Amino acid sequence: MMNNQLAGQNVLVTGGSRGLGRALALAAARAGARVVLVAREREPLARVADDIRAAGGEAHAIEADVGERDAVAAIAGQAAAAVGAIDVLVNNASTLGPVPLRLLLDTDCEDLERALAVNLVGPFRLTKAIAGPMLLRGRGTIVNITSDAATEAYEKWGAYGASKAALEQLGRIWAAELAGTGVRVLTVDPGEMDTRMHADAMPDADRSLLADPARVAARIVALLQGGDGDGQPRSGSRVAVSAGATP
Amino acid sequence: MTPATTYPERRDDVRLLIVDPEGVAGGALHETRTPALPDFLAAGDLLVVNDAATLPASLRGHDGAGRAIEARLVAARGGGATFVAVLFGAGDWHARTEDRPAPPELPVGTRLRFGALDADIVARDPRSPRLVELRFAAVGDDLWDALYREGRPVQYAYLAHELPLWAVQTVYAARPWAFEMPSAGRPLSWQTLLALRRKGVRWAALTHAAGLSATGDPAIDAALPLPERYDIPAATVRAVTETRARGGRVVAVGTTVVRALEGATAAAGDGVLRPGGGETDLVITPAFRPRIVDGILSGAHAAHESHFRLLAAFAGAELLAAAATHAERAGFLTHELGDSMLVLPGALAGLDARARAQS
Repeated sequence: MMNNQLAGQNVLVTGGSRGLGRALALAAARAGARVVLVAREREPLARVADDIRAAGGEAHAIEADVGERDAVAAIAGQAAAAVGAIDVLVNNASTLGPVPLRLLLDTDCEDLERALAVNLVGPFRLTKAIAGPMLLRGRGTIVNITSDAATEAYEKWGAYGASKAALEQLGRIWAAELAGTGVRVLTVDPGEMDTRMHADAMPDADRSLLADPARVAARIVALLQGGDGDGQPRSGSRVAVSAGATP
Repeated sequence: MTPATTYPERRDDVRLLIVDPEGVAGGALHETRTPALPDFLAAGDLLVVNDAATLPASLRGHDGAGRAIEARLVAARGGGATFVAVLFGAGDWHARTEDRPAPPELPVGTRLRFGALDADIVARDPRSPRLVELRFAAVGDDLWDALYREGRPVQYAYLAHELPLWAVQTVYAARPWAFEMPSAGRPLSWQTLLALRRKGVRWAALTHAAGLSATGDPAIDAALPLPERYDIPAATVRAVTETRARGGRVVAVGTTVVRALEGATAAAGDGVLRPGGGETDLVITPAFRPRIVDGILSGAHAAHESHFRLLAAFAGAELLAAAATHAERAGFLTHELGDSMLVLPGALAGLDARARAQS
């Protein structure tokens, strides 16, 4: 029988207004978690929070850009003010950079820097701010959302792929350093999903071959509900969630 | 003693003066650096930290007549949108608070504007017209959002640069309850905390709403610290109880931890520490005898500062005078970004043994 370790837990999801982040927030709230959503755009963010509340869940919205250095202490502070210490941090917010995607030789240095700021340095700063109190309490989970672009050399995915590859390595090192503290770090590859980000990157893709983010989110929430017991992914591991295409 | 005016190169590597009230004459003081802290605690000891994150508690704005006002929040009232605040007039943090012009007389009912955040003065303290209660127009998440947008951390005139919000957080900061940084914990890095744990020293946390350390207004400063709220988790009470039962020492990181643990114990009547939240008006004086806390890790302070005087609850006057003289001569830096001091009975016992073994 599955125990529900998310009930009553505080879950923070970045990039929570769309796609997988939105689906994760909805699924975590359905599992009984108090959810804090972070995203840059106020309107879609507020809509997700409203959807969660309308379904009887608890949601708090923070309008912020994880790629901005000075935003992160405020995100951590506002989140803890809203719900208390965070139990699960999901670093989901990502940027592809300008689309259509470009060859590395055509990629502006500033666009690479921006991809690193949002996809790598932002999660690093937020993890630093949120893992500390997790260590003191001796429990907590950090989930970094990655992509197969981190491991495969896809043309034109250079900035995004390099940022995700670095995020994965950071996750392994976080896990090594946090071993024995009760804080685990998971890297989750959600596969190809039918999201706006995917459409931005590959507008000609056959959507019938893409997974529904809600189904992927349900898999990830199931991972989190299972806790750290037998059959659960070890801290530091990379989990590919395969939810299959939308039927 | 001189305030530290810039960041130390590494926040977790500053000077540390160990003061051991049980140390033999001439051997009660020892100077080292903060990464060596684990050498002076023993397996079975407990380090208790204040995990309050620091709020952006300074708000700049104006009254209805356009006159400049700075409000520094100092305490929350009732957990809603009402806060106790100290008002300042024109000028900014570059001026010492005692040199700042007083704010205009602002009656109850005055509306203040801090950027997009409005607040009404709903009460004035009889001790000073500058000590007021502000009720913000925003509530809940909207209030926190506006506070983090409009507020800045309280700044210090002795610093060359403005402190950003991230620079006034400890490495374990959680709920934003502190109006100034609980700075005794500033030099604690995870490297040091994990080394303590490997040695068998436990950690525990409580949350204490550290207020302002000084305002420059003698009437208000005489009233500080105001009553401050705290929350002590059950796990921390268990750790304290087990540590004491087994003969370990309870080491408070900062006076806010002393206030919370001793205040909660004093308020209990039967002298038993219990988990939960409350508000304490306990003031640690030299005459105060702690019942729970054995020692304290604190920032270095000059002998005339109130923070230094309260160390007298943990060590004799003669030893503290010697410690102050040592710190002064050695050029210890004081204030929020300064050096550290550990006052703990038996802290140097291990060192004496090591020194004897080496000789």
